[in-house]
Parts: sequence; structure tokens; C-alpha cells
Amino acid sequence: MAVPETLAHSPVRTFHLDNGLRILVKELHTAPLVSVWCWYRVGSGDEAPGRTGVSHWVEHMNFKGTAHIPRDEMKSIVERFGGAWNGYTWIDQTTYLETAGSDALDTLLFIEAERMAYGLYEPDDCESERTVIISELQGGDNDPDQLLDTEVTASAFRAHPYRHPTIGWIDDLRSMTRDDLVGHYKRHYVPGNATLVVVGAVDTDDVVKRAEAHFGRIAPSAPPSRDRPAEPQQIGERRVLVEREGTTAYLKCAWHAPDVNDTDFYPMLVLDAALTGAKGLNIWTSFRGAPPQRTARLYTALVERGLASVVSGSLLPTSQPFLYNVSLTATDGVPLAALEDAALAEIERVRKHGLTEPEVARAKRQLRARLVFENDSVTNVAHQLGYFETVAGAGYFDTIGSRVQAVTAAQVADVASRRLAADKRTVGWFRPVRSGA
Amino acid sequence: MSTAVTKGLTPVRQVVSNGVPVIVQETAFSPAVTINLVFRAGSLYEPSDRTGLAWFTGRVIDRGTTTRSAEAIAETLDDRGVVLKLTVNRHVVTLSCTCLSEDFPELLALLADIVRNPVFPDAEIEKRRAETVTAIKQDEDNPGIRASEALQALLYGDDHPYGRPAKGRIETVERFVRSDLTAQHAARVTPATLFAVIAGDIRSADAIAYVDRAFAGWRATASGDRTVPPVPRAVARRQVVIAMPDKPQADIAYGFTSINRLDPAYYSHWMMNTILGQFGLGGRLAENIRERQGMAYYAFSSFDPSLGPGPLVVRAGVDPKNVERAIAAIDVEVGTLGRDGATEREVQETRRFLIGSIPRLLETNQSIATFLQTVEFFDLGLDYDRRLPGLLEAVTRDEVNAAAAAVLDPARATVAVAGPAVAGAEP
Repeated sequence: MAVPETLAHSPVRTFHLDNGLRILVKELHTAPLVSVWCWYRVGSGDEAPGRTGVSHWVEHMNFKGTAHIPRDEMKSIVERFGGAWNGYTWIDQTTYLETAGSDALDTLLFIEAERMAYGLYEPDDCESERTVIISELQGGDNDPDQLLDTEVTASAFRAHPYRHPTIGWIDDLRSMTRDDLVGHYKRHYVPGNATLVVVGAVDTDDVVKRAEAHFGRIAPSAPPSRDRPAEPQQIGERRVLVEREGTTAYLKCAWHAPDVNDTDFYPMLVLDAALTGAKGLNIWTSFRGAPPQRTARLYTALVERGLASVVSGSLLPTSQPFLYNVSLTATDGVPLAALEDAALAEIERVRKHGLTEPEVARAKRQLRARLVFENDSVTNVAHQLGYFETVAGAGYFDTIGSRVQAVTAAQVADVASRRLAADKRTVGWFRPVRSGA
Repeated sequence: MSTAVTKGLTPVRQVVSNGVPVIVQETAFSPAVTINLVFRAGSLYEPSDRTGLAWFTGRVIDRGTTTRSAEAIAETLDDRGVVLKLTVNRHVVTLSCTCLSEDFPELLALLADIVRNPVFPDAEIEKRRAETVTAIKQDEDNPGIRASEALQALLYGDDHPYGRPAKGRIETVERFVRSDLTAQHAARVTPATLFAVIAGDIRSADAIAYVDRAFAGWRATASGDRTVPPVPRAVARRQVVIAMPDKPQADIAYGFTSINRLDPAYYSHWMMNTILGQFGLGGRLAENIRERQGMAYYAFSSFDPSLGPGPLVVRAGVDPKNVERAIAAIDVEVGTLGRDGATEREVQETRRFLIGSIPRLLETNQSIATFLQTVEFFDLGLDYDRRLPGLLEAVTRDEVNAAAAAVLDPARATVAVAGPAVAGAEP
């Protein structure tokens, strides 16, 4: 089964500047737009205890003015070209993007070069951002599902820094200093640790010439090594119970997942599609809507039987083993124990008997369609190129379709049996209690 | 074809044999098609004692037809990786899906069957009822939703279709019986209330022929047409506090009623709202509340005019101890823009931004379909994307300032706060 031609399939050209910056360019002349992303190989998985949240805070500071872009200009310069901009930080990566009319190309490259080397980090701005980030954290904690996710992740890992939330622990956010922020910025924001991705209605040679002019002036510096402690093998089930004021009960099960370069990754992706519906692989867009899941194992076993109102699964491409999560919202009145029993019974069935051939075929068809749907704009294509280059390695993105197609039912049965074992899981309950209880 | 989109949309509109208008935009950047079937059947058209009926009908309509079981529908969708999204707002029910081009005929036939021949099986009603009750309870635990719904209820009144929660209330949802759903379907899900928008890698003539065939012979008429009731304008300040003691953060919703979408002053209001709470990170509001005072991760305003006068709503999430400070900051920004107006630079930058954004809004099949849905619903004309820059160019600073003066007055603001107990914030 061939993967259909899409926006993703025009050629990508790769360049390197003398200072180590890698540049990926893909010309797409379908709309008069360009999307520019600058990716850094640093995320919350690179943070030391006591300084959690520093990567995300640095991302915020990099919107607060540079040597040649005043703070007040930083957030409106892209708008003059009708553009949109954003950034995000996760466990392996930090990235910044602008999508605007293609006449903005030079300005966008200028902004990203400034961000790489000339951030201001004014003391007052560092301080005012502290409370903004604490507000971001507390807003997230208003959501019981997110609160439970933080607790389950922290319980599933003992040693690996993937255990702490990307936004950081609140005490670290309170004690972070400007020196911590600037030190992190100087260490990780170097050309050799970055990938610039440009996709859109551009001329490749022109992009490279302009990128050289803007980024070439930045001095090379050795990219930091990535020393992360290994996670010891989990030898027994872990459980966490959160009780808070609320109206609804939530259940999460997490298992240690393969990293993106592990041969188990694609069988596991097909397994997730069969259990909860295919999400695709674009974390920038795919998780914003529900997946096709009405025939999925856990949907039919739990939602169609009235035990859960929502089921979702999450397997994300990461550079080291992270988690495979199944998240459930209990239907009003259903006890968490009953929901957990039914969910784990279905998982056990799949572990013992695997999936049927038609289920595997359907999961692969769904993933094939998602790969088309999620590459429908210059922004999304640029995200995928930069994401996989940063977390998986050079040239990875173009291989995804064939990797999905190569998965067999036997491989899926094998990963289900090995990876979804009871002694490898962490189970989290959010049990709502009445106010004041 | 791609250059057509580069230079502007070139949609084709045709009314098929049973009277349904079809709007098609051909594109060629992705081997996929987006289909939106839009019925004028939103919550405006539900009986006033059946709040949430339009929404709930949307939850069950795709769970079985006279010839397809819920399982058969599920397999048709899942085999092709397609998500059928059913959204219900105040005015319309939209069935929307994106499929591979090769799957278009089958998906269109499925959607037509779902809207023409639903059976609303009792077992499905019970399952979706339990899901809906759970979803309403989740909303009750969400400070952002609680504050927003309380604001809507105060601005429009509990009995106004804009003032009621779309999902309904637990006590109404628990009472729905199958005949309520079949009646709602018969009254409003008809060819007379329908138009179809299709955008993607398909020839427009083919798409129109498929739609013609899918709806051939369907001739039901609609009943229960309604207009949006008048909305009284606030004459004084109102504030309500919803206690949610264990939540770490409080949510503020602060707003006014404004104009409807077809008001000639729409464009000046749009620019005014962009200056107040959209441009950059969130306009003047975010500059004050987030950037200068570090009080909130989000502070912005939104403006949602429709057939009736839509709300202009300011939202912010803040530490409970900062609620009063944040409301004071909103008062300052709302009051200043309302009284003194915008600067010439703000007007120019906002105009450039909105005009420059148009190609980005028309980049994907889904965004093109959404745009053309708005064009058809408000009868804006098939060349609207090309006229829009001129409409924005024509807005003067005086008109922006008049829009600000007409809407933004802290003395008439309605404020809802949901979160932990806040000393001194009683209404």
C-alpha cells in the first residue's frame, strides 16, 4: 500500500553553516506563505534537580527582546506581515516558529538569529515572567486530568529526568535565578545544537544565502552533551491516588514506551491505533481533535459499555524511552475500580491473543490517512521535519510511511505482551471529593 | 489549481435538484477532501423547555440509520481513518469530516444517510445521555467554563438562546426521550435548512453531482423558524462570584453585548477587538496584565457576532489573590480604549495584520471550508476573500474609536469570577 503523494513529498535539502547550524529547506509553492522554525536540542529532559522548568522559562524569555529587537517590538514584528508566531518546550526539544507571507522571510530569519545569540534577559523581565509561569502552572492544575498526568509521570520514573513536568516544580520556579536562565541559554542556544527549518513559497538558494547572512555571524560553540541518567527497570506495579474537590473521576495507566528509534516503536504505534484510534505523529496538531476510534478495542470495551465517557491513548516520538499512556474519564456514577478492571481485562486479552489481521490492517490504514491529513500546511510540514530531525535524526521524516506499512500482526502481539505487563505499569486514580472533605 | 488558491479562492456554487446549495473549492495540495454539511438547526431552534436538545440530537444522530447499524457506521469511518465531527452552536449543526479523495463518494453517501434516515436507537440515547451528563459535570468543575457560562447568562438572560449552555443542564438532558430527538430532527434537519461546503482535491462538477445524487428525492420542509430575540443592553455594572474553593487559579470573564455580524460596523468592531485583546500576545490587555504586571499566562478578548448581537468577552486566569488587581487592569484598558480610542499606529498595524493574515486563513482544506461556510451562512458573496482587504482598508480610525466608545465602558461591564474564595470580591 503506497502512501499518497502529499505536501510532505517534495524534496528536502539540507545545508550546514561553518558554525554548525543545520538548515533544512523545502520549497512548497501552494500558498504565498513561509514557515520558519528554529529547533534546539534541549528540553525538560536535560534539566537537573532544583532547576526544573528552566528550559520552558528560557523559551518565554526569548520573546522578551534582543540586542537589536526591542522588547515591545518582539511580539508585533511578525504581525506586520500578517503572520502568526509561537514556541513550545517539551522533554527533548524547544522550538520557535513564525508563519507569514513569504515576503517576510528575511525578517523571520533575522528574528531567529537574534533569538539564538542576543537575548536580553533583563532582570525585571525575568522577575515578571516568574509569576506568569506560575500562573500557567496553576491554570494547568485547575484541570484534574492534567494534575493526575503529572503525578503518574512522576511515579513512573525513578531516575530519568522525564519524570518532572516540563513547566517545572513550583519550588524550583520560585527559586530560579536570572543566572540560571542565562547559563542555560548560553549553554544550549548554540548553532551546533540547532536546526533551522524553512518551508514554503521560497527559493532554496535565496534561503541559504539569507540564513548565512543572519546566522553566519554567530560564533560556533560545542553543543552540550546529553547526559541523562538511565531509568532502572520497573519491577512492580506502581499506584497513585489523587483526591481533590471535583465532579468527575479519571483513570490513567502508563507503561514504559519505546523511543522513536527502537524497533518496537511502530508496532506500538499500530497497537495504540487499535486500542484507542490513530492520532498520527504530529504533536503540534494531531492531539487537538478526537481520533477515529469507534471500533477501537478500548472504546468498544469501555465507552460503548457505558463505563467511560472518554478514552484516549498517547504514544509520542521521543529520543529516549518515555511513556505509553491510556487515559479514561469515568462515566458519571461508575466506580474507578470497575473501570480499571474492565480496562486492564481488555489489555490482558490483547497481551494474550494479540490483534486480528483486520484490526492491524485498519490501524495501518488509519495511520496512513492521518499522515496525509496532518501534512496539510507549510506550518505542519515544517513542524514534522524539524521535530523528527531533532528527536529522531537526519532524514527520518520521509521514512515514517514505510515504517508504518512494514508492521506485522506478530510484531504488535509481541510488543503488547512484553510492554503492557502488569509489573511495568503505573496506575493513577483521580477520585473527586466534595469541597472541604 | 494551487495557483488559484494563491491568488484567491475560486469557489463554485450550485443549487442541486432538491434545493440544497453546494459550494465547492478545488485545491490540489493534499489528496484529501473536507466536507461540511451545515444545517440551520442550532440551539436557537430548540424548544425553550428543552435546553440542550439540539446538542444532544447531534450526539445521537450518527449512531444508526434505517439501513446501517452504529457498528456499520463506525467501521465505514474507522476503516478510512475518518473522524466525523458534529458541532452544535447557537445557529447551526455542522457535520464535518476530512477524508482521502479516494474515499469521498463513500463518505458523502454515509453523511447523507445519517442526516436523512437516523433512527435514534434507545440504547444509543442512554449511552450518549450518560456521556453528556458526565461532560456537563466536567464543565461544572472547570473555572474557565463556569465563568464564561455565568457571563453569558448575565449578558443575555437565562431564557435567551445565547444565555443558555449549549450542552443543556443535567435536569433537561435527563428528561429527553426518543420522540424529542425525532421531532427536533424532523423540524430542523431538512434540505430547507441545509447547505454543503466541499474543499479539496476533487473536481467541482463531480462533487456537485455526488451531492445531487446523495440528496435526490429528499424534500422535507423545515418548521419552527425563529429570529434571535432582542437583547437588553446592560445599564449598570454587574458582578457574580462562583466559589470553587480547591482550585489553584481563578478565571475571570468580563464582557459586553455588541453588534451582529451583518452590521456595517462589523469591521471597525473587529479591528477594535484586535487592538484590545488580540494583537501580538493579546493586545493591550496582555501587555498590561501579562507583560507589565506578570499576573496571568493568558489575558485576551474575543468578539463573536452572529445573527444576533454577539458578546465581546475579556478572559484572564490569575492567582486568586490577584483577582481584584486583574479586574482593575481590565477596567483601565477597557476604559482607556473606550474613552480615548486607538492610536493611528495601532490602527495601521492591526489593519496590516488582518489583511496579511488572509492567505494563512485559506491554507488548508478545513480552513477554506470553514471560511466558505461563514460566507454562505451570512451571504457575503463568493468573492468575499478578495473583497475583505478593501473592507478593512476602508475602516477609519474614527470608526474604530466609535466602535470602542459604543461597547467599552467599565461602568456597564458584566463580570463573572470562578475560583477560590476571594476576599472583598462579592458582587
